[in-house]
Amino acid sequence: MPNLAPSAPLRHTRGVILDLDKFIAKERFFWEELAALLGRQDAQPDRRQTLEEAKRFYYLYQRTSSDLVKLNTFAGEAETTRFLERLVARSYSRLHEDGGEKVPFRPWQWFTRTFPATFRRHWISFALSIGTFCIGAGFGAGALKLNYDSKADFIPPQFGHLNEKPSKRVEREEKKDFDAFQGRHEFSAQLMTHNTKVTIMTMVTGFLWGVFTLILLFYNGTLIGVVIYDYLADGQGVFLSAWLLPHGSFELPAIFMGGQAGLIIAHTMFGWGTNLRLRQRFARIRGDLLTLVGGAGLMLIWAGIVESFLSQYHDPQFYPWKIGFGAVQLLGLILYLSLCGRRSARERTPTL
Amino acid sequence: MLGTTTTLKVRTPEGVTFEIPLASPFSRCLALAIDVAIVFALAMLLSQVIKILSITTSGIPVLGRLFADFGTGAAIVLQFAVATGYGMATEWLWSGRTVGKRMMKLRVIDERGLSLGLKQVIIRNLFRLIDMLPSTFYLLGGFSCLVTARCQRLGDIAAGTLVIREVEAGPPALGELIGADRNSFASLPHLEARLRQRTTPEEARLVLDAVTRRNELDPESRLELFARLAGHFREIAEFPEEITIGLSDEQYVRNVVETLFRRASV
Repeated sequence: MPNLAPSAPLRHTRGVILDLDKFIAKERFFWEELAALLGRQDAQPDRRQTLEEAKRFYYLYQRTSSDLVKLNTFAGEAETTRFLERLVARSYSRLHEDGGEKVPFRPWQWFTRTFPATFRRHWISFALSIGTFCIGAGFGAGALKLNYDSKADFIPPQFGHLNEKPSKRVEREEKKDFDAFQGRHEFSAQLMTHNTKVTIMTMVTGFLWGVFTLILLFYNGTLIGVVIYDYLADGQGVFLSAWLLPHGSFELPAIFMGGQAGLIIAHTMFGWGTNLRLRQRFARIRGDLLTLVGGAGLMLIWAGIVESFLSQYHDPQFYPWKIGFGAVQLLGLILYLSLCGRRSARERTPTL
Repeated sequence: MLGTTTTLKVRTPEGVTFEIPLASPFSRCLALAIDVAIVFALAMLLSQVIKILSITTSGIPVLGRLFADFGTGAAIVLQFAVATGYGMATEWLWSGRTVGKRMMKLRVIDERGLSLGLKQVIIRNLFRLIDMLPSTFYLLGGFSCLVTARCQRLGDIAAGTLVIREVEAGPPALGELIGADRNSFASLPHLEARLRQRTTPEEARLVLDAVTRRNELDPESRLELFARLAGHFREIAEFPEEITIGLSDEQYVRNVVETLFRRASV
């Protein structure tokens, strides 16, 4: 509490303290009108204001702002000040909201230009992501070659079925009659959600300066390396290709994209080559992150569908078709990401 | 640093400055607990619906097997979608508020005081996965909330957002508040003029705040505060005993406020 001792110097203040009651009585109709306009905008966020409404809204905002300044300067009444601050804050937020958000989303443009162009813009991060994964795969394969008994140590509990000797599994799977059910859809759904979590996690852990992104990529690479080596060493390369290629040709690139987004975040955290503040740096990459994670999400959904309806059917007569499908899909993805949405030389040349 | 900032101060291009109170980590925790309970309930509801459909259709040859397998797969995907999409959908549809935040009177806004954008909503909810760590204990997000000046979890930093307290306030009816019709000082305008002349704006602000917020004080503090304020204003301008007799300290101060704010001219 401030010193209220009588010895404190007193100032003559005639004519400075506002007639608060009269002031409120005169202005409250404008405040209420502004509050009603804001309420209507909250209730119908997509409704476009007419020019007259927008002009009136701006006038009321300016008038209320001016009232707030007067009140702060001359009166200092807490409750009305709080009310006006709230009103001005809401109006300010409405007036200055990001117009870019209102631009309608164009899926075709996003698919044919935005996504592949964003991917290419950050190709170094993608290369780092895939590189780390491959080093992990090499490590897993090498470790299994040196000590086959360590296989169980690499396989996490949720993938316990991979502990089985590959040739035994292949024999069992190939003898099975075709059945559209047998819990395959449930298993595929589990994999789809798991892979989506891994992709998002690989991205968001970039916030910890990319360390955990690299660890996750390396770890997942190790797991794949162990499985690939295990099947190849057991002479089951064709089965492995027919099993993994149809969905893996989309699933793994999606995880690499998660890593790519994570490394973009890591680069933003370090702030190399810029003197912008962290929040400004994040504002710059937000759109790219969403584009990459959105694209990866779509790829994972497709991979989940393929895994559910194609990858899990192990009839040897379909192997060439499955491998062909996976290879074509992978080639298509490479071409799409490398070429789609490139601007022609004429588009790139600035015109006067 | 330790989360010491309690308000977001915004200066508009028009030169107006206003403050928005930030949410405390505790109220955010409570809102989160409510939201987690809702997501859990929705997930349970979904699995029960699928289970009932599965039982109902078990006798039908193809449909029964379809629900037993495809239905369970769909339930897993839907539960994941609910857990991930609940925060995104509610914050986007209700301008930065989930059910928990509505109940706790909190709202997510842009850190410049602007409305929340869709990109920000998605980013802050995706980053929840890292804020939850380790496991689902929210230690990383909680720690970040405690050490950042504006109580931001990692998702808030990445998305450029803040969680604020919603302050519902209406223009007060000042006459009713200070009891204009009961002011015994009004019969002595020369003394009222002296009181206004000798009161500083800071004192006026203080005494008005004390009256408007008097119900927030506990009884003992309220008595003590109004006794000190009344004593101070008695020294500034002494009103004769015949009009102050029987007046409590609080009523004396309310009369002072009424005199300062209702009768003065701009």
